[in-house]
Amino acid sequence: MQYQSQSVAKPYFIAAIGLFIGQILFGLVMGLQYVMGDFLFPEIPFNVARMVHTNLLIVWLLFGFMGSAYFLVPEESERELFSPKLALLLFWIFLIAGALTILGYLLVPYATLADLTGNELLPTMGREFLEQPTITKIGIVIVALGFLFNIGMTILGGRKTVVNLVLLTGLLGLAVFFLFSFYNPVNVVDDKFYWWWVVHLWVEGVWELILGAILAFVLIKVTGVDREVIEKWLYVIIAMSLITGIIGTGHHYYWIGTPEYWQWWGSIFSAMEPIPFFMMTIFAFNMVNRRRRDHPNKAAVLWALGTAVMAFLGAGVWGFMHTLAPVNYYTHGTQITAAHGHMAFYGAYVMIVLTMISYAMPIMRGQKAANMRAQVMEMWSFWLMTVSMVFITLFLTGAGVLQTYLQRYTDDPLPFMVVQDKIEIFYWLREIAGVVFIIGLVLYVISFFVKGNEAKVVADTA
Amino acid sequence: MSEVFTKSMARNIYYGGSVFFIFLFLALTFDTSGKTPERDNHEAITAQVALGKQVWEENNCIGCHTLLGEGAYFAPELGNVYKRFGNSTDAIVGFIKSRPVEGVAGRRSMPQFHLSDEQLEAVAAFLKYVSEIDTAGWPPNIQG
Ligand code: HEC
Ligand code: HEM
Ligand code: HEM
Ligand SMILES: [Fe+2]
Repeated sequence: MQYQSQSVAKPYFIAAIGLFIGQILFGLVMGLQYVMGDFLFPEIPFNVARMVHTNLLIVWLLFGFMGSAYFLVPEESERELFSPKLALLLFWIFLIAGALTILGYLLVPYATLADLTGNELLPTMGREFLEQPTITKIGIVIVALGFLFNIGMTILGGRKTVVNLVLLTGLLGLAVFFLFSFYNPVNVVDDKFYWWWVVHLWVEGVWELILGAILAFVLIKVTGVDREVIEKWLYVIIAMSLITGIIGTGHHYYWIGTPEYWQWWGSIFSAMEPIPFFMMTIFAFNMVNRRRRDHPNKAAVLWALGTAVMAFLGAGVWGFMHTLAPVNYYTHGTQITAAHGHMAFYGAYVMIVLTMISYAMPIMRGQKAANMRAQVMEMWSFWLMTVSMVFITLFLTGAGVLQTYLQRYTDDPLPFMVVQDKIEIFYWLREIAGVVFIIGLVLYVISFFVKGNEAKVVADTA
Repeated sequence: MSEVFTKSMARNIYYGGSVFFIFLFLALTFDTSGKTPERDNHEAITAQVALGKQVWEENNCIGCHTLLGEGAYFAPELGNVYKRFGNSTDAIVGFIKSRPVEGVAGRRSMPQFHLSDEQLEAVAAFLKYVSEIDTAGWPPNIQG
């Protein structure tokens, strides 16, 4: 580790992995409720499990982004972090606020939680992904401000690299767009319109900057390719992300009461959104092929390449599949959407955080790379999680195609619940794939504790 | 990428492109906000509908259902349920009211929310309001 303060990233990464496990457990609960409707009912209704699953996902990804920033920014800035103490304080605030919110979902009915937290004063709850009580949302904003201040001061007082500036822009955008979660008009069309400014402009906008910056950083470190080359790629990729992704928001404005010209704007621009993801894949493989050194951390390289490929498949290919208005007319809000959501979130954001953890964790533990046995186990977990996510996506796609046909397309459309019964087999298969996923995740955790000869790994690749 | 295409060119595309498309997006947003009132059925928004939206949100209906195709995919689309139930708010009220506390054995179940009559009427009015938004012909048929 070049700077002592980089080690504040460690608790962030540990918390991220812990919450990741919780997310997947609740995913499995929901997967079972899909086929055994009364499972855990009425103790944990589906909507509660879903909130826990998706909110844990978002919170642990935020922990992952913050941890990545705390590790990356000092090294890029060539100075210590502005305030490691503030970083630790914010860590605990965020963890406790997050845990209390999740407990709130699980322990009291949602309406009671809304009551207890004074939702009627500033109603923001009860919208998908933004279910957090308003005070939690305010807490998130405070943590984000403190975090941005800390990172911003570090960057201002140090070397300003492209990676640093792009990361900072992405994180700033993340905080700014989150502010739209406080805008909740009664008019459903307006509500939905601005809801997407949080959700879409996050994952298909500013988060892509964060993704690009972290990927660029890890590639600089593990390949030793000239920074100039990598930074040029980074600029082009994020340029394409924003050029296509901002107007691409229109692919959510087809059927919610907004003017119909969005069918053109949305289709044309979002059809180009796969371009930056495709470039990211080319970029990652190119840099690894042109590497100037063989880094002993093989697992981190695997994660980096995996991110590029899976983000392209999940966001690019599965996104394109349902993004044109005439297709989306039939697939909107079906299992096709769930299939895409899973692979895109996993491929882009889960995997980039795991890439960074894979690269940084050994360094924070005083090694250049983990020992070979640990790395082999980590690579097994990579394949188990990634392949099972591919299968989850394929099964949901199968379910979605049939659902779309039976409920939306045939001459004699069937009711929702009847269709769900008919496609049950795909949900069973999805659940089995989910079990494989969690086995992969358990192996991932174990890999941190596998003992071996670290020095040998470094010597072998030197 | 070759030397003809330099890093500063890439940077300029990034800055120029983003700024241009942010402004284009803002312009489209401005235009949209002028045009949605023709389609968004805002005339139907009453105090009761507003209460209905609050009931909708504070019971997290979106955690199982979609509304105009957005939300969760576990239970039926509700953007057009008013029409599916024969243009009847009473049918909606009756359905929500009659959910068994312990659920339906072996079937995906909807919780019993113990809503007051006022809340029930309000959430049904809210769903009626949503069903009359002009959604460009979506969903393709009454099944949602
Ligand atoms: C835990 C999941 C869950 C939640 C939360 C939930 N529902 Fe449902 N809802 C269902 C399921 C499942 C069905 C289908 C029931 C059946 O067909 O047996 C359903 C059916 C309905 C229907 C009838 C739809 C049709 O086409 O048959 C209406 C109306 C409805 N829900 C309204 C609501 C409202 C309003 C709320 C919020 C106050 C809500 N639901 C919250 C699960 C849920
Ligand atoms: C990493 C990037 C991406 C992530 C994490 C992501 C995630 C998601 C998620 C979670 C949803 C569901 C939202 C909801 O619950 O309503 C969604 C919807 C959608 N996404 Fe993406 N997405 C990404 C990129 C893309 C791209 C590049 C495209 C187009 C090429 C795309 C096209 C769509 C479309 C059309 C929908 C709406 C589906 C519907 O109508 O139901 N996405 N995305
Ligand atoms: C064990 C594996 C998993 C299972 C069984 C599972 C199951 C589920 C289920 C049943 C839903 C609800 C779909 C609905 O609304 O009806 C869901 C939603 C979601 N899950 Fe998972 N999940 C798993 C893993 C993951 C992972 C690893 C991620 C992220 C990387 C993830 C991200 C999401 C997202 C974003 C949604 C919202 C989807 C949308 O609205 O389109 N899940 N999951
Ligand atoms: Fe989108």
